Amino acid sequence: MQEELILGYLPILVFLIIVTCVGAGMIIASALIGRKNPNSEKISTYECGMVPIKDARQRFDVRFYLIAMLFILFDIEVVFLYPWAVLFDRFNPVIFGFIEMVLFIVILLFGYIYIWRKGVLSWS
Amino acid sequence: MGLQSFLFYYFAIVIIATAALTVSRRNPIHSVMFLVPCFIHTAGLFLLLGAEFLAAIQVLVYTGAIMVLYLFVVFLLDLPSFRIKKITHQQTPLAVLAGLVLVVQIIVLTVVAVFPRPAAEVKAPYFLGNTEAVGASLYTTFLFPFELASLVLLVAIFGAVVLARRERGEELP
Amino acid sequence: MLDILVPDFRVIAPELILIVTAFVIIFWELITRTARHGMSIFLGAAGTLVALAVTASLAQKTISTFGDALVLDPFASFFKMIFLVGLLLTIAISTRYMVDEGTKDHSEYYGLLILAVVGMMVLATGRELITIFLGLELMSMSLYVLAGLFKTDVRSNEAALKYFVLGSFATCFMLFGMSYIYGIAGTTHLRQIGRAIAENPALLADKGLILGMFTLLVGFAFKISAVPFHQWTPDVYEGAPTSVTAFMSAGPKAAAFAAMIRVLMEALPLMKTDWELLFTVVAVLTMTVGNLVALAQESVKRMLAYSSIAHVGYILIAFVASVGGHADRALSAILFYLLAYTFMNTGAFAILIFLRREGISGEKLDDFAGLSRRSPIGALAMLIFLFSLAGIPPTAGFAAKLSVFYAAVQGGYYALVVIGVINSAVAAYYYLRVVVVMYMQEPATEGGYAGTSPLLWAGIALALAGTIVLGVLPGGVLEAARLSVISLL
Repeated sequence: MQEELILGYLPILVFLIIVTCVGAGMIIASALIGRKNPNSEKISTYECGMVPIKDARQRFDVRFYLIAMLFILFDIEVVFLYPWAVLFDRFNPVIFGFIEMVLFIVILLFGYIYIWRKGVLSWS
Repeated sequence: MGLQSFLFYYFAIVIIATAALTVSRRNPIHSVMFLVPCFIHTAGLFLLLGAEFLAAIQVLVYTGAIMVLYLFVVFLLDLPSFRIKKITHQQTPLAVLAGLVLVVQIIVLTVVAVFPRPAAEVKAPYFLGNTEAVGASLYTTFLFPFELASLVLLVAIFGAVVLARRERGEELP
Repeated sequence: MLDILVPDFRVIAPELILIVTAFVIIFWELITRTARHGMSIFLGAAGTLVALAVTASLAQKTISTFGDALVLDPFASFFKMIFLVGLLLTIAISTRYMVDEGTKDHSEYYGLLILAVVGMMVLATGRELITIFLGLELMSMSLYVLAGLFKTDVRSNEAALKYFVLGSFATCFMLFGMSYIYGIAGTTHLRQIGRAIAENPALLADKGLILGMFTLLVGFAFKISAVPFHQWTPDVYEGAPTSVTAFMSAGPKAAAFAAMIRVLMEALPLMKTDWELLFTVVAVLTMTVGNLVALAQESVKRMLAYSSIAHVGYILIAFVASVGGHADRALSAILFYLLAYTFMNTGAFAILIFLRREGISGEKLDDFAGLSRRSPIGALAMLIFLFSLAGIPPTAGFAAKLSVFYAAVQGGYYALVVIGVINSAVAAYYYLRVVVVMYMQEPATEGGYAGTSPLLWAGIALALAGTIVLGVLPGGVLEAARLSVISLL
């Protein structure tokens, strides 16, 4: 039973091996057969054709972090939707299944309203 | 050694190795990057246990969303100054010792623990399909915790906004 | 077919009222775009009172719903009332304080306080491990944010971060324990875990079950700040806004006790001998460490933090005693103690807020100098709260300690009682030191108290009334507490 399940994932394993080989192969091949004559212009940091002005390692604004945080929260919300969606027609009564998910989403929707009205999404 | 135990040891060894690399690297970006294989191999362990849905979630939420969050945390730090410092101090030996004692205890107790054979209900996933099985208990037996989870997420949203948002002209320490 | 049953909403009626209240408070301001502090206070207090009335009207009922994930029994109702009283007191004492400290997040403050109480109520009613865990998270998440509410204050930032990091760590332990218990018992429902162990006594000798119980208790010990899991307490209590500290030291601890008692009594009653020994050691350590370190504190806020650790030690004496013959007396002593502690401790923190004025935090011992001359009523109120914390009659603290020690004597735990009494004597020193400073020393500075407001006085009066009434006439409440724990035995 367990073995069957694992064998079902064999194509994915094959796929992973091929992907790894292709990716590694490209890097190795270009390292082996590529022509190398670097000059200072070539090895400098490329930034949309502009001359880099300072180190790229700066502190980011905390607002990026807020966005990432919100991304996680809504990502988790979506995760809860998967099992609900595959079971939807089997709920008895169906309307209760609908209501419980609506409740779940409405509570999180309040979170979205909060974020929006607090001006987190407007970057001035 | 069957296929199953071979895969288990492969996943377990990679998880432990990448976790060790995560905590020992001096460059925080490298640390965070080692978490990616760690999370993916954990998903592999879930898969071995027949928890396909959990494995998918592990990749989706952890390697997707949580990693983004960790990276932003690192971006928030003043990186160049962090890289130079060696991250050890006088508490390190004590912490390592305490951690080792705990690990040994947990291993010993787990080895002597008797986990009863799974009852019939645990077989349900194979008839229902994994995602359905999770949903079948989540939306019926565990309905209240499910709804409560959304409230916990909402409080997390409030918290993130209240603590991280800067008012106009407000200087934070 | 997946049948979804209609839950009995009476079980979560107070929770629903509070959730709606919190939503209205937070979103009213956002949608109308006008900050109305008074509106938040009024709505918060009104919602709390309605929830209190509903809880009281359901206090005698025993209803189980959501597939036995939640149960409303007298035990849960008693705790719900403790939380609501604590919430009401906190709202009263924080009104002026929040304005004076210049924070802008008023509606979030009251909303999160209320949502924290919802989490506590779930802890008290939860009869299933995942529900208990989520209730704990709802409570803790709200508290992490509240501790860090003063964003411009470094101490508040430190408090929030420390509380969050250590709290998450404790939660990991708790989840680890839960997963072991689930793995061995095959269910997360407390009653079914109890049944599974009773049907298969071989499980009792299983080291995995002991590991599960032990790590679960590590999580609870952190939340009630029992030694050796107390290190976060002084820093968090000192750094958090004073009104939040007042709130945190009473309700959340009571909630963690409620869940811990229910888990041990319903799921693991057969492991009594294991946790009896464990809690005997922890109780002695908690009392002694809490009291000895409190002696050395110059900050009254920090002193009260250590004193709250010591009080957990006294409560744990009663918990150990519940293993003996008179479990109903011992458990009801815990309930009574937690209620009394809510009144006297919130009252003491209210006086700290009362002392706050321009340039003075009201937290240092020196700030109390000459209080008896500048505000005789304030000094008298603090005197009563301190007497109660020290356990001097005729206050609630005395009745609470007496009931704990009495239960321990009945159970035959004489050594614990002796250690408890010695500790109370030590504790009296640092409480009375504040009294001496209030009554004997000259005030260092002149001037009135900016922090006073009618609501603050109302809060102090309510705390005072509770402290005195429970001290003079403890009989009725003790009997109510005894009746409410019977369902657990």
